[in-house]
Amino acid sequence: MAETKNIRELVDVIRSKNAGPYEITFDFIFKSFDIYEKVKASKVINERLIAELYDIAIEDVISVINYDQAKAIKATIVRPRSSGAVGETDVYGAQQHAPLLSIEVPWERSKYEED
Amino acid sequence: MKELRVLSPTAILGYGFPKESFARGLDKDPDLIAVDAGSTDPGPYYLGAGVSFTDRAAVKRDLKLMINAGQDREIPVILGTAGGAGGAPHLEWCVEIVKEIANEDNLNFKLATIQAEQDKEFILNKFNQGDISHLPSVGEINEEELKASTRIVAQMGVEPIIKALDMGAEVIVAGRAYDPTVFASLCIKEGYPAGLALHMGKIMECASIAANPGSGSDCMFGTLRDDHFLLEPLNPERKCTTTSVAAHTLYEKANPLQLHGPGGIIDLTGTEFEQYDERVVKVSGSKFIESDEYTIKLEGAKKVGYRTISIAGTRDPIMIKELDHVIEVVKETVRDNFDELDEADYELLFRIYGRDGVMGDLEPELEVLSNEVGITIEVVAKTQELANTICSFARSTMLHYGYPGRVATAGNLAFPYSPSDLKAGEVYEFNLYHLLTVDDPCEVFSVEITDYR
Repeated sequence: MAETKNIRELVDVIRSKNAGPYEITFDFIFKSFDIYEKVKASKVINERLIAELYDIAIEDVISVINYDQAKAIKATIVRPRSSGAVGETDVYGAQQHAPLLSIEVPWERSKYEED
Repeated sequence: MKELRVLSPTAILGYGFPKESFARGLDKDPDLIAVDAGSTDPGPYYLGAGVSFTDRAAVKRDLKLMINAGQDREIPVILGTAGGAGGAPHLEWCVEIVKEIANEDNLNFKLATIQAEQDKEFILNKFNQGDISHLPSVGEINEEELKASTRIVAQMGVEPIIKALDMGAEVIVAGRAYDPTVFASLCIKEGYPAGLALHMGKIMECASIAANPGSGSDCMFGTLRDDHFLLEPLNPERKCTTTSVAAHTLYEKANPLQLHGPGGIIDLTGTEFEQYDERVVKVSGSKFIESDEYTIKLEGAKKVGYRTISIAGTRDPIMIKELDHVIEVVKETVRDNFDELDEADYELLFRIYGRDGVMGDLEPELEVLSNEVGITIEVVAKTQELANTICSFARSTMLHYGYPGRVATAGNLAFPYSPSDLKAGEVYEFNLYHLLTVDDPCEVFSVEITDYR
């Protein structure tokens, strides 16, 4: 069976935030460049996964972007409603990240890696 | 070496900064003190209602230190998105504070104000000429929606601020401005590359948030040279690291490599971040790509009604199990009781904290795992009186409804407050976040100079 690691073991930061009043953007900033490269190569964080985690149409996932300089991956979705519109639950969009904490990343353990 | 030195005291005017950090910045002989005073983040209310989300006393405290320092050193002080949203009442509010400071401290200076609020008829004309386009996540605008806007502002680029500097302004209070411009305008006027100037401004508008540990209430110092810029947090407890600065570039942006702004794109694909010394980061390679057409972002908000809310909770497991049913019955009972009202007259919403109160439509996990839930009953109606009426009726109905299996017959809700219903006033929504194409970057921003002698 392929081994996995929970995303929480791999990141310094997972956060959500408005990117303007019509989008919410998610940031994953990894603990090291090695970890980042491994997650990036696994392609596990992609449009389909984000759509599944939030139960939204894949068309509403605007982009998933790798940002090498910051060892970060960024995903952006269309807001369910513009920030502060009637029915709003999170004006700043800063508490929409929790479903991302369950992501499991395929992780081939190297021989010399300790438990 | 030719360089331009910029002091950014705080991430938002009114968020404050330590005087020690500010003094350290002044010792470094800045050519400019600039600050971003607003954001769309706090939501549409502030733009629509024409009020600031920042506190007057806190804004005055920050501005007093900045303007006095600018006058002492004969360097410009520039603030953008005055009053938090950058419309006409916001600008007026901020200028009033500046005047107060000038009077109290006996200061004489040339003050420039730059209006960013737009005339609705003018914008309608632009729309009819085909000069307004939409962003992918926002959707198209129509005439009816434009007419419904309570207030429209436009995000200025560097040009109107440069114009004010050319007119000899010493203190500039600008309406809605693209965040980096208050830092970049003097740099671009002095001939520095726009890509570096704007990228430096993009980071400095958040002051020390790009440092480690980060803070929005502490000062940052930027030094711009011909082919790079340096960033140094002014509190010795903080450092800029290549990762803290690069990571900040991600913040609140969909695409960190191409930042769209007035007149073009800041392109960061060739940007390099280097550790210059232990606390300073050097940034190079950022470019500005001019667009064929000069576009400006418009922001508008419209009034949608008045809000009344009631906050309550329940600890009863049978009630929690029946909650969806209870809400349905309350909604029906309200509809029946006020059947002369139209559906468009009010909206009745229930938010269940402990279930999906935080994530709403985006919540994938709808099972309640806790012993209690928080409930807000919210009504948005065409008048405050109607919002009060519907909220009151929904609250009393929910309190006493005999749901299936009920054993606790004294009341279904726990209210923390008396009165239980809170009037929240006017409700606004963003209804415009579109691009306006202009021939002249200064076309929709009027600069006015007042001499304080």
